[in-house]
Amino acid sequence: MARVELKDVSLNYHTETDEVLALRDVNLTVEDQEFVAIVGQSGCGKSTLLSLVSGLLSPTTGSVTIDGEKVEGTSKRVGYMLQQDYLFEWRTILDNALLGLEIRKERTRQAVAEVKDMLQAYGLGGFEHYYPSHLSGGMRQRVALIRTLATKPDVLLLDEPFSALDYQNRLSVGEEVVKILRERKKTVIMVTHDIPEAVSMANRVVVMTPRPGTIRSIHAISMCDEGLTPLQTREVPQFREYFGAIWKELNADA
Amino acid sequence: MPRNNYSPEHLRYLQQRRLQALCVRGAQFLLLIGFFLLWETAASRGWINAFIFSQPSRVWAATVRLASEGQLWKHLGWTVWETVLGFSVGTAAGILIAVLLWWSTFVSQVMDPYIVVLNSIPKVALGPIFVVWLGTTITAVVAMAISVSIIVTIMMMHTGFKEVDPNKIKLVRTFGGTKHQVLFKVIIPASIPTMIGALKVNVGLSLVGTIVGEFLASKAGLGYLIVYGGQVFNMSLVMASVLLLLVVSVILYYGVTLLEQRVSRGRA
Repeated sequence: MARVELKDVSLNYHTETDEVLALRDVNLTVEDQEFVAIVGQSGCGKSTLLSLVSGLLSPTTGSVTIDGEKVEGTSKRVGYMLQQDYLFEWRTILDNALLGLEIRKERTRQAVAEVKDMLQAYGLGGFEHYYPSHLSGGMRQRVALIRTLATKPDVLLLDEPFSALDYQNRLSVGEEVVKILRERKKTVIMVTHDIPEAVSMANRVVVMTPRPGTIRSIHAISMCDEGLTPLQTREVPQFREYFGAIWKELNADA
Repeated sequence: MPRNNYSPEHLRYLQQRRLQALCVRGAQFLLLIGFFLLWETAASRGWINAFIFSQPSRVWAATVRLASEGQLWKHLGWTVWETVLGFSVGTAAGILIAVLLWWSTFVSQVMDPYIVVLNSIPKVALGPIFVVWLGTTITAVVAMAISVSIIVTIMMMHTGFKEVDPNKIKLVRTFGGTKHQVLFKVIIPASIPTMIGALKVNVGLSLVGTIVGEFLASKAGLGYLIVYGGQVFNMSLVMASVLLLLVVSVILYYGVTLLEQRVSRGRA
């Protein structure tokens, strides 16, 4: 059974001056442990799609299901990483990482120990009682990832999670995040407008058309299935072919 | 981190900075001393009328007299107590109402024009109304102090609440957070700096409210002393009270600054 399934999903946005069709007839199936990247121009509804899967929004028509169950409101099975880390500057690193557990009233002694282990494992040992302002951008992003993983979601939604980092950090944090997500056997849907990032990380890349967002095409990326890391994937000759094909499609709409 | 292997240029630079800071302090001190010396001399030489303008030595004498009669602490105490009461109640109620406005968009839209109008009224004009309703009591004085600070608090806090990064709220919602949790996990902690800002404004405003209240409705407090001194043409008493008021306001403001330092520790 598919982990995540979107069937004939359309979504209307209402504002006082207009009604906007953000998504039209989107059909997408994501298998367990698959990494799907969604690329498209700004405003094509990619982030809206994540909001639908997370249950923050409901589709106007069509249905969204996770493990065959209809999504109604936020689900414990889903973790959502936003464009920036949004660490709370008044909380220590440990308390930030525990935010999700705290909100779900699952902050048990054992959960705290697990989060501490994760901080230790991902190079943040000894920083538990620091405040976010003392950490570098890459470290902060890792705390945000731990905050998401702490609630043990099966499905992770990543909304341009590296866009706030500089190029050097994007590559290295991306490398680490993919490694962590593969180790933990997570199913991932990532939204980005960075084609190389999408090709280097994903099993499949979904290309969306401008508003109203529909799926234009889906590219299966072979390198990810072979177990190459994002940096290794960038070295493979086919990388440029995928890049060229997706780039052409995105520009065809412009 | 201080080191001990600085280059001579750096040491010269540091020395210059220290000298500059020392000069500023010195000039500030001299200005104060100069002002009082000039005042004292002008009064004793008859350049100004000491009966109308008073003079530092007489102000001092008046202060000492107040203290020896046991009146000083009584009046100081009343003013401080009324201010602190007005300040605390005004701030707390203001924050509570701001939370209500944040919670319900409907209520905030309905209340918006009323708050704007209430804000633009000079609250001092309400003084006589409080006196008639509440009598010449401490309650009237405190009501005055509250009325001066509460509307500003509501407006500052409500604006602060609305300016909290919507993505931080979204983050809490992605974990399934309720509105209640959004309020206590994000809105309130994120608004602590705004709250401190409101406290700083309110210290001054509550003091204004208290003094005006005492002008109108009191038998004690620095405001009462000022009005009384003015009526009996005892300018030394008036000046002494004003200077004491100055000290009170500085101490209260400093108290809020201390609170700010405690709260903001660790924040960016």
